[in-house]
Formats: sequence, C-alpha cells, structure tokens
Amino acid sequence: MANLTTCLTLFFLCYGLCSAVYEDQVGKFDWRQQYVGKVLFAHFDSHSQAAKKLILATDKNIVASLNSRTGELFWRHVDKVGPEGHIDTLLFHGQDAVVMAGNGRLLRSWESNIGALNWEMVLDTGSFQAAILAGTQDSVKFVAVLKKAVLSLHYLSNGHQKWVETLPDSDTVQYQAVYSSGGSQLFVLGVVPYSHLSIIAFNIEDGEIMSQRSVAAPWVSKVQARCGVVDQGVLLCVDATTLSLYMLPLNSEEPAELQQVPLQSLDLELASGYQPVLLTTQPNPARPPLAQFFLQLGPDHHVLLQLSDGLISPLRDFQPAFLVSFATAGEKTVAAVLSPKNETVSAKAGGVVAETVHPFLHFFLMHCFIVLLLDHAYDLQASSVSLYSADSGRRLLDTTVTVHLDPNGGKPEKLYVHAFLKKDDSVGYRLLVQMEDHTLTFLQQPGRVVWSREEALADVVTMEMVDLPLTGTQAELEGEFGKKADGLAAMVLKRLSSQLILLQAWIAHLWKLFYDARKPRSLVKNEVTIETLARDEFNLQKMIVMVTASGKLFGIDSKSGTVLWKHYLHDVQPNSVFKLMVQRTTAHFPHPPQCTLLIKDKETGLATLHVFNPIFGKKSHVTPPALSRPVLQSLLLPLMDQDYSKVLLLIDDEYKVTAFPSTKHVLQQLQEMASSIFFFLVDSSQGRLSGFRLRKARELSLTDLSTELIWEVVIPPEVQKIVAVKGKRASEHVHSQGRVMGDRSVLYKYLNPNLLAVVTESVDTHQERSFVGVFLIDGITGRIIHEAVQRKARGPIHLVHSENWVVYEYWNAKSRRNEFSVLELFEGTELYNSTVFSSLDRPHLPQVLQQSYIFPSSISTMEATLTEKGITSRHLLVGLPSGAILSLPKMFLDPRRPEVASEQSREENLIPYAPEMPIRTEWFINYNQSVSRVKGIYTAPSGLESTCLVVAYGLDIFQTRVYPSKQFDVLKDDYDYVLISSVLFGLFFATMISKRLAQVKLLNRAWR
Amino acid sequence: MLTAAVFLIHAQPGNYNTAKRTADGPDAEVTGLTVPLEHSFELDDVPRFHLRGSLQLRGREPAVSLWQSPLTEEERALLKEVAAVDGLYRVRVPRVSLQTERPVDRQPEGYLTAFVRACSLVESHLSDVITLHTDVTGYLIGISIVTVPGMCWGAEVEDDVDLESFNTTLNVMAPVNAPGPETAQFIERMEQEMEKKGKNPQEQKSFFAKYWYLILGGAVFLMATSSAQPPAGGGREQS
Repeated sequence: MANLTTCLTLFFLCYGLCSAVYEDQVGKFDWRQQYVGKVLFAHFDSHSQAAKKLILATDKNIVASLNSRTGELFWRHVDKVGPEGHIDTLLFHGQDAVVMAGNGRLLRSWESNIGALNWEMVLDTGSFQAAILAGTQDSVKFVAVLKKAVLSLHYLSNGHQKWVETLPDSDTVQYQAVYSSGGSQLFVLGVVPYSHLSIIAFNIEDGEIMSQRSVAAPWVSKVQARCGVVDQGVLLCVDATTLSLYMLPLNSEEPAELQQVPLQSLDLELASGYQPVLLTTQPNPARPPLAQFFLQLGPDHHVLLQLSDGLISPLRDFQPAFLVSFATAGEKTVAAVLSPKNETVSAKAGGVVAETVHPFLHFFLMHCFIVLLLDHAYDLQASSVSLYSADSGRRLLDTTVTVHLDPNGGKPEKLYVHAFLKKDDSVGYRLLVQMEDHTLTFLQQPGRVVWSREEALADVVTMEMVDLPLTGTQAELEGEFGKKADGLAAMVLKRLSSQLILLQAWIAHLWKLFYDARKPRSLVKNEVTIETLARDEFNLQKMIVMVTASGKLFGIDSKSGTVLWKHYLHDVQPNSVFKLMVQRTTAHFPHPPQCTLLIKDKETGLATLHVFNPIFGKKSHVTPPALSRPVLQSLLLPLMDQDYSKVLLLIDDEYKVTAFPSTKHVLQQLQEMASSIFFFLVDSSQGRLSGFRLRKARELSLTDLSTELIWEVVIPPEVQKIVAVKGKRASEHVHSQGRVMGDRSVLYKYLNPNLLAVVTESVDTHQERSFVGVFLIDGITGRIIHEAVQRKARGPIHLVHSENWVVYEYWNAKSRRNEFSVLELFEGTELYNSTVFSSLDRPHLPQVLQQSYIFPSSISTMEATLTEKGITSRHLLVGLPSGAILSLPKMFLDPRRPEVASEQSREENLIPYAPEMPIRTEWFINYNQSVSRVKGIYTAPSGLESTCLVVAYGLDIFQTRVYPSKQFDVLKDDYDYVLISSVLFGLFFATMISKRLAQVKLLNRAWR
Repeated sequence: MLTAAVFLIHAQPGNYNTAKRTADGPDAEVTGLTVPLEHSFELDDVPRFHLRGSLQLRGREPAVSLWQSPLTEEERALLKEVAAVDGLYRVRVPRVSLQTERPVDRQPEGYLTAFVRACSLVESHLSDVITLHTDVTGYLIGISIVTVPGMCWGAEVEDDVDLESFNTTLNVMAPVNAPGPETAQFIERMEQEMEKKGKNPQEQKSFFAKYWYLILGGAVFLMATSSAQPPAGGGREQS
C-alpha cells in the first residue's frame, strides 16, 4: 500500500515538475529583453543632483522610466494598442509625470520613482490640441488641457478639475496653443487660417474670460512650431511666404497690430522651400519664458535670436547644425552645438553678439543654450557638441566634446539635453540622442557613450535562425570532403595533417579547460564576440537574424541575447513588407552563408532585394537582379546552383519569373525541371486562388521564364473573404508515417507537403449567420481536399499547419468564447504509394477527422514546436495576451480522443474527450518573464532531438528552449557520475578478486 | 451517335455515394440550368477549350447530371500525342450557382479550371472522377479532376476501344459543418458516472473511511511501542 502511494506521489511529482523550470535554472537557458519603442517625449529627472531617471513616452503607447546610468528599465507601463492608448503628450514636474492618452481621453499622473499611479481622470472625448503645466506665484499647481472646443484646468496634486470653459466660436477658430507665464492669466491661441489670430485670456482662478481679441494675420496657417512666446509674453510667429517674423505683446489691452520684422533686415536667409521652425524655451512653467529663441532656417541652419526692448537681434548663427536644444541647470540655461569635427562653427554674428547682450539679463540670469551641429558629409563619424551661453551666444569653456555616433544609424532625429551645475559652478551636461533607426544613445561629457538601446527591436517583423559556422578545425575537416581527389598519397597526407590539427585543437581545448578550472568561477566569462562565434556540440547556439519595421536588421546571439551586428537599411519605406529567406546555410564551407531579404513596398508593390551574410551582417557582393515590376510571389526552390545557394524565383505581375541567382547552370536546370515547378497566387480581394507552372521555353532562349495558368479556384468575396493561407514549413521532418492503433493496425497519415490551409471569414458578421470556412487545397493541382464551415464563428483566426494536422482558433460568437479546432488527415489503413508522394497521383481523398475544444483564454499567436528529426512529440506554443507563452501538448488536440475510454484507446494513450482545454501554470515556458504584446513565435530545431529553440517576439524578445518529450537524450544536471563510476570500478575489482580467488581455489582443489 | 454515361449524385457532406446510372440523352429531362463542361489538350500547351459535355443542374438539392459526347478520331489521336509529350489535359466550367431554385442574379463571370496529366487520362482509359465544389450558398468555387489510377506507367493503349467514351464519376462536394465542442454529451457522461458512483457507495468512500481501522490500529501500536520503550534502553540496544 505504502509502496503504491510513494510510487504515485513520485509519479505526480515528476509529471508536475519536469515540464516546469527549477529555481536554479531561471535565466540559464533563457533570456528576455524589454523594449519601449520609438521615443516621442523624454524628460530628465533633474530635481536633484544624483537623479538618474529618464521619463519616456513612446509611439508604442508606453510610459517608461529608464536608469540613465545603465539604460535599464526602472518601470514600464504598456497601454492599449492603437489610437485608444496613443500618448498625446507627456509633462514632467518634480516627481510627477503627467500623461495625456487616447486623444485627450485620459489624464494620468505617474509617480516617477516607482511608477505608481497618482491619479487618473477620464475626460470627455474630443480632439486634443495641447496641454501645459501652469502655475502661479512661482509654483506649478495646474495642468491646462486644450481641446478643440474646451479648455480645462486640473490640479496637479490630485487631478481634480478646477474649472472647465467652452471656447467661443470653436467651429470657425482652430484653437491650437495654450500659454501661461505664471501670472493670473492663461492665454489660448486660436487660428482662422489665412485670416486672423484669436487670443483669449482666461483668469486662472475661476476661468473667466478676461479679454478676447482677434488680430488680422492673413499669412497664418498653424501655430505649432511656427509661433512661440518669448520674454514677457510676446508672441512671435514666423512665416515662410512673407519671409518675416511677427511680434505681438499678449498682455497689452488695446488690439494692437502684429509688428512685422522681415528676415532680410536681420541678415537672415531662408533655405528655399523650407518651412522655418521656431524654438522657444520656458525653463519654469511658473515663470516667463526666455527672451532668446532659435529659428531654424534650413535643414542644417539654426540661428539664435534675442528679443530685447522690442527689438529682435541675432546672437549667433550656426551652420551646419542639425539639432538644437535648450537646457536649464539651476538658474542657468545653456545650449549646445554638435558640429563636424574638422569644421569650426561659423560665428557670423559674433560681432553683433557682444553689443546686443542685455545688461540686465546678464546680471540676472546667465542663459546658455545647446546646439547640436551635425554634418552628413562627414559621415557622422565624429561630430562635436559644445555648450553656448544662451544670453551671449558665447561658447562655454571645456564643454566641447567629440561624439562618435554609429555611422550606420542614419541621421540623429532628436536631442534631449540634461544640464547641471558642477561644484565649481560650471555647467556639465548629458545628452540623449535619438537616431533615425530608433537607437537611443546616452552620452556623458567626456564624449563617452554610456549606453545605447536598440529600440527598433520593439517592432520585429520577421526573423530566422541560422546555424553558426564551424570552427577552423572543423571546417578544415569538412573541407577535405569538398575537395576533388588528387591522388592517393596526397589524400592520405591531407587526412593525416587534418587529424594532427584536430589533435592539436583537442589538446589546446584540454589545456584551456584545465587552466580555467583553476580560476574562480566568476572570472571565467565567455564573452561572445563576432570572432569567437562557433557552433557548439549540439548546435544549441544559433544566430538570430531579426528584421524590424524601421528597416534595421540585427544579428543576435541566441545564447546570450547580445546584438552582434546591426545594419540599417536607409531607403526602406515605413509601410514595407519583409520576407526573409536563407538561401545558403552554413553547411557549405567555404561558401559563406547567405540570406536574402525581400523588401516590398505595400503601395507600389515594387520590391528590392538585400543580400547579406547572416553571421556577420555584411552586405554580399552578389548583385541581386533589378526588379522593375511589382512582385506578386516569391518562392525558394530546393534546387541549388553550383555555389550551393538555393534558387529564388520571383513572379511579377505579368507572371514573368526572375531567378536569383541566374547563372546559366541554374537556368538550364530550371528549364529541365520546368514542368515540375508549380506555384500558387492568392488574390484575397477577388477570392481567387490560382495555380501556375513554369513553362518550358520553346525556342532556346534560356533567360525568358514564363508561366502558364493551370488551375483556378474562386471563393466569392461577396460571401466570405480569405483571411489566411498557410502551407507547411519546408524544413519540417515527420518521423513516423502512421499511427499504431489499439488493435495493432496502422493508420497512415496523409502527408501532403503541398497542402494549403485556406481560412475564410464570412462577410456577414451577425452572430447567428457568421461563419469561418476552412479549405484544404492542394497547391499543385488546386484540388479541394476538404471543405468545412464552422458556424457561428468569427475571427481573429490563428492557424498552425503541420504534419497531417491543422489547428485553428476562432471566436465563437454565440457562446462568446474562444475555441480550438483540430483537423487531422489520414490516408486510411493502407498507403496508396508508400515510397513517394505526388500530388498528381493521389486519386483518393483522405479521411478527415475533426474535434473542437473550448479554450479559456484568447490568444495572440500560435506556433508548433519543431525538432531535428520529428521523433519528439509536438507541442503548440500559444502566446497569450497576458504575456505568458503556453506550451500545449498536441496530445490534447487530437480528434481521435474518444468519448468513452475503451481498452484500445487506453492502449493508444488517447486522453478521453473533455470539451474544455486546461491551462496549467506549469505549462508556461516563460514562468514570470512575461512577453508583452507577443506578435510572433519562431521555432527552430537544435542538434538535440529533444530540444527545440523558441524565440517569442513582440514588444519584448524572449528566447528559451523547450523539451516537448522531456530531455530523453540528455543526462540530467545532477547526474551522479561518482556513484555510477564507483559502482562500476567496484564491480570490476570485485570480479578481478573473485576471479583470482576462484583460480586459487581451483588450484588447491587440483592439488588435493 | 450519342451515348452518354450519366451519373446522378446528391450532395451529401462527407459521403459521396455513386448513384444510379441512367442512359438518357441530353434531351431527356431538360429542366433547370445547363452548364457546359469544356476541355482542352493541345500540343503547344496553350489552352483552347472546346465542349466536352454539359452539366444539368436541377432540383432544390444540388443534383447534377453529366452528359458528354465521345471523343472523335482526331481528338483521340491528339490526346495520345499530348500524352506522349507529357502535356496537360484541362477542364473548365463557368462560375455558376448550383442551386437552380434561386434566381440567378450573377452572370457567370470567369471560369474554374483544373487539370490532370494527359498520360494518366489515357492510361486510365478515360476513367476520371470530376468533383464540383460549392460554397455554403451553393455557388461553384472549384472543380477538380483525377483519374483512377493516377499513375503514368507508359503503358500502350488500344485507342479504338479504350479511348472512345469517358467513364466519368461526378461528385458534388459542399462544405461539411465542423463540429463544435461537445459539451452536452460530456455533461451527460459525467452525470452517468456520478450516478454510477452513487449506486456503488463502496467506491465512493474516501481513503480514511476505508482504512480507518488500519490507521487507528497502526497508531495505537506505534504509541504503545514508543511509550513501552524505556528511554535509555533504546540507545543501549543500538550501540
């Protein structure tokens, strides 16, 4: 009895724990990286000297805080996807980060230290225009929110609404800006395009309109970036058509005219066709802004100007300067310039500067400014940043640093400066530079890059895993087989030499092991660099090639998550579609591996190819073919050219085929095999699926590859539209041809490699009439193998197609729940042709079995595990919206699960049918490492049959290994080598001794 | 000379039964819609379709019958030539609705095509299976053709006897209803099991209820032995 109980306990313990991760295994085989996306707003926490926080708001609807010393995340809040969670603005004051989200719907205040929510206010929906912090008597107390027709004021401390006022004439006047200088007035600026400006002053205490006036401005079109308030409430606007600056004091009672100051009178010239940008600064929201401001006159031309006594005068001219920024440290405001290293900043207005400095200002505040000067011509290799005093335009001593930005990262887009006062009262600063490729780089004053974050990885579009190359010695041995035989003696010598090299490498390896063993554990660090990359014994370490939406490619080491190479494609349109293909794997030494990225513009359909080496990220010297027509379809053939690269066929909209590589050898092969090269096209707008075949060239022109239409299936788009078409993965292996049933007969699987699963959704979305259609179509013959309709179902559909099964998930509109359905195809108990599968010769339709289950959660994405030989049982990896990744055994999704368990079904290990699919927490392969907004899961086989490598990507990237059938081919970590070997030796010696004894005994007996 | 092999099939999801054979001419019962079935086999593989037969659709249930004419002398010769160069034999039907009861609101726009290797058609002696696929509304979405057997062995075929007339099986395939989760049956089964358990109270007893006397006895025995043991004696005995 007790024995049985122990056995049972042991069994449950094993079953429960083996699939989960032990505490000491956390982070051993997996890693996670968290990202935030492209930064829209950034603020430095500058309230204390030792502050090391950065508050960010990004285009991925995220508010986050970064450690400015290391670049790590302190906290991160992920809001809803899409316009609902879009962050309109981020204001920062003291400890509070005030965020406006969802087009003026939600006003939230976050505590910046720990990321806790201070308060949240739900406002009326309305088009958000602007929000500012407002204050009275030198203290910031309010948040003013301007919408299309409403101005509201909220307390900064608790979010409560102080007052709300509707704006007059909001149907004609576009209110675009709000301004406060710490006084009792709050100004709202409205525009009637090409007519006049409307200025309304509200009392900050009760919201009463104190004054309202309109000023004729026939040139005005918008306020943002064109107008700003400087000095003691003087509105400044710049206009490109009249080439003038306009000034208007806001405080004056009488309806004054806008004072025009032509740019020419200031000796300034606007770059042709450039819209000038005005940049003002208000260091403290409760005080008036500075009298100095920047005017951008061209893409690389900035001018610092000053308003004093009603006169505008230039302080300093910066050309070339791409980005400028003001920063305040205590009472000082500074500005910095980043200029190309070997070109000095032209100081044209230097002479003027000294004269125009206002003595009062000089005395009262020392304002400085920061200008970032950059130049394309110098390839961004080295640029320098300098600090300038804001009120004199003079350069501050010892503030120039040389900055080395990644030359590959594109232009710098935004600059955030944090200036602080050093002990000796001089100004020090830190810089946050955002590049065109979404890289965030944090720099400290000696020109040192403190950290950089690759935020492009927050939006991975597609990825592949590539085997690492062999080590030099392995490659040497491999190379021996590749070479042509040149005589027996030479071959023997070659073999001997390579064996010697192997021996040498082995001894070196042993020596290294011995040497490392003496050192303490912590010192032995295997730094992964691009030079030390080599395949490990079981091929568990691979190169992850990731393609991001911004057009930046990354090579990431799968073991550690280190970015080993990156490559930014400059000319990628933002709405491009990517397809990554591995044309040549690492297996063909000495030919380098080769990946091809197909970049297709969504609108024009025009495509380009980027061919590169996936291990080093270098662009290949192979020139891809120019594609002059939109590409409809691409397919990678198993056919290889002489250099072992697989042939890629691209079909354009005239159904002409371009081959890459297109050597004569390849074209000849293609002509020979033309009648067996088929492909299909899907036009979901017309519901048309059509099959094509390569046509043999009649005349002997090899280059002209044309196609012919061979089949057509049209699913009327008026009833249902095609939402997904999925074939099987080409790299998939299926080990067993059939399933052994309880009565010892074999049920053969229908393993059609050309099978396509086509899923449609009904156009009618009424819950009773909506349906999801599933079609299994042979991609060669166009034969519809199976047609099923899931009634009362709706999308989104997630689909996995592998082996002889299709699993899809849908929303049951009637029962309001998510459901899984599995289809399995069997040929029956006899195979039609067991040696080879041909779509052209399978006259009998397979048996189709189907079963459905209730799934207690919605899902984000789904993928099946993949192993080297396909012996290991399969699991489904399901990404849940909660951030968990569930490893669901395929055993639970088996249409042969019986209603009632019988002797035979038990023999076959079939689980009795239960309508609900369980979610067990130990099935979460990422334990507490949630992957936010998981978008895709990639699986790759490793050298171990039991192990499958998994990468989940979305906002975060998570890599791990899964063992669907447990680690049957690996000894456990705590395997007792000592016990086993001592028992072995013990037995050996016991045998020896007993043998000796027996001999003695025999001898003695013989003597007797 | 008009001989025709007509198969009448009622669409039954998942179960395609070959129906009775009627030897009627095309004019036997012309009600409903007649749809042409065209085929093409050319040496240069450029499709030039011409009439092979016609499909007659009638009744509420999509019932289809096929009438087709035998191949002419030239066609037979051509088919054999096409088979020799491994050409394709294509068929096509216009896109129509099989439900003739409904008013035909859409004019046939375009065709649905399928193909089979000409050699396999020749070697199977023109015995083929044509399947018409419809969507939920009964609209034709695809056609497929296979020959039985489907292989090309390169066998010689006596043209006069074997290639004269088609031996066609015609199927209509409509989508089947995919099963949903079967909760009702499961609950029924659970209830049955519960009932079974309820009938057999012996089974329902818990572990303690079943073996209380053993556990109690064991506990009493343990207590008795531990209290009876002199505290010092135990150490002695072990040493």
